[in-house]
Amino acid sequence: MKVLVAVKRVVDYNVKVRVKNDGSGVDLTNVKMSINPFDEIAVEEAVRLKEAGKVDEVVLVSIGSAKSEETLRTGLAMGADRGILVNTDDLAVEPLAVAKILQKVTEKEQPSLVILGKQAIDDDCNQTGQMLSALMNWPQGTFASEVALDDTQVTVTREVDGGLQTVKLSLPAVVTTDLRLNEPRFASLPNIMKAKKKPVDKLTPAELGLGEGDIKPRLEIVQTQEPAKRQAGIKVVTVAELVDKLKNEAGVL
Amino acid sequence: MKTLLIAEHDNHTLSAHTAKALTAATKLGAVDILVLGQDCEAVAQQAATLAGVSTVLLADDAGLANQLAEPCAEVILSLASEYQGIVAAATTTGKNTLPRVAAKLDVMQVSDVIEVLDESTFKRPIYAGNAIQTVRCNEPIKVITVRTANFEAAGTGASAPVSAVSVNLSAALSEHVEDTLSVSERPELATANIIISGGRALGSKEQFQQVILPVADKLGAAVGASRAAVDAGYAPNDWQVGQTGKIVSPQLYIACGISGAIQHLAGMKDSKVIVAINTDEDAPIFQVADYGLVADLFEVLPELEQQLGS
Repeated sequence: MKVLVAVKRVVDYNVKVRVKNDGSGVDLTNVKMSINPFDEIAVEEAVRLKEAGKVDEVVLVSIGSAKSEETLRTGLAMGADRGILVNTDDLAVEPLAVAKILQKVTEKEQPSLVILGKQAIDDDCNQTGQMLSALMNWPQGTFASEVALDDTQVTVTREVDGGLQTVKLSLPAVVTTDLRLNEPRFASLPNIMKAKKKPVDKLTPAELGLGEGDIKPRLEIVQTQEPAKRQAGIKVVTVAELVDKLKNEAGVL
Repeated sequence: MKTLLIAEHDNHTLSAHTAKALTAATKLGAVDILVLGQDCEAVAQQAATLAGVSTVLLADDAGLANQLAEPCAEVILSLASEYQGIVAAATTTGKNTLPRVAAKLDVMQVSDVIEVLDESTFKRPIYAGNAIQTVRCNEPIKVITVRTANFEAAGTGASAPVSAVSVNLSAALSEHVEDTLSVSERPELATANIIISGGRALGSKEQFQQVILPVADKLGAAVGASRAAVDAGYAPNDWQVGQTGKIVSPQLYIACGISGAIQHLAGMKDSKVIVAINTDEDAPIFQVADYGLVADLFEVLPELEQQLGS
């Protein structure tokens, strides 16, 4: 069985981004970039399925500029077998466009399971997995905290607002990962070295049969602003003072 | 512009999310509400009382009992040609279903809308709320999820007609196995007026329960947790507040032993009043707190509980 995992290169989750003064976006110059944390969990899950003997091959795909190859190498060092880089240069690709590209890659690779992070921590959209699933007309198991795979189906425990929900999906299927699915491993130095030699195919959207019209942005970004700042308030010394302030100053008790 | 709002419910009760999402949806134009579920006539009747609703559409079918994304998307798509807007609350149900609808319609979805500027222009947070993007959506159908914490609830007192929708689902792609839902007498986290949250400093599940819960019950508050506390097993996943958990904006948010990582702040910084209790006076949570108490939560929370009682 083959598993396809989508990985995105994003601003590292520890970085607090700065909004550019002219409102044109966030400043990404000299900012540390990493694999999207949810995608790292997706890679880990796929590699564990392979280690458990349930999966023969783990293929990674990343969509973005040539620098996304670094992100693929990160996943390859964790144990994935090979990578596919779909180079979109500096074009902004929205989730719908990414889903269309992934659809083409999925049709080409014919995996039984596609695992993606539930959202990327840059645009926070939480759409791509569901969209890919729709375009393929496959079942979806989103926000997974547990995945049990057998030959014909996958059982997914999902983190939902009220608790947990378990669904059974017939394969092929799409799964998106939530935080508690697993704890990704740190790649060892020998594995990082080995990953440099693993094959990475380089493709363009055109080579996958997609024209510019298929993937051009649909949403127009009018401006990007700083959020309204909250002013730090005061320090209180005692519980009695806190209760008094909440009752008589803030009026919330 | 005619808009279809997807109701948030559990087949019995309409969630408070729907009235809030309705406020956003009415800014796009006339609103019909679609109730997808099984034996959920009561929910449709509740939706019909919301001020500003034209018609409530009821899709009642065994295949919709658990509101799985595949059948729900199918029903929404069967109705979509009548509408220029499709809106849902950005709950796990809305987030699960709506992108599926958007992709089938070949339109780009706008997620987590916090402000509707006009019928095609929206504000939404990116980078865990560290930036706010204004986007214009020129798609023929606007598919939108709404961050309900940013909208007031629409009023009630109306009596819109309820009309049944015929449901013809194709063969199911997925099967519901079970729900393991938290049962709680406390208010729902996402819509509570007061929330008390605990972080890693609580140290264990037992201490979390011993220290946080009595204060929550005294305040009639919902209980939240930081990601660190949930990851450590001190609190269940559905209590997590933050970028990837629940986004809340209560009247009062009390953060106990929470340092204030940006991912947590993203989930609660729109609260009206924030109280932080932490031993580390340099913790970032104090930068957003209206009232900070530098103290050991194990000492001050029992004291707080006592003082609230008197």
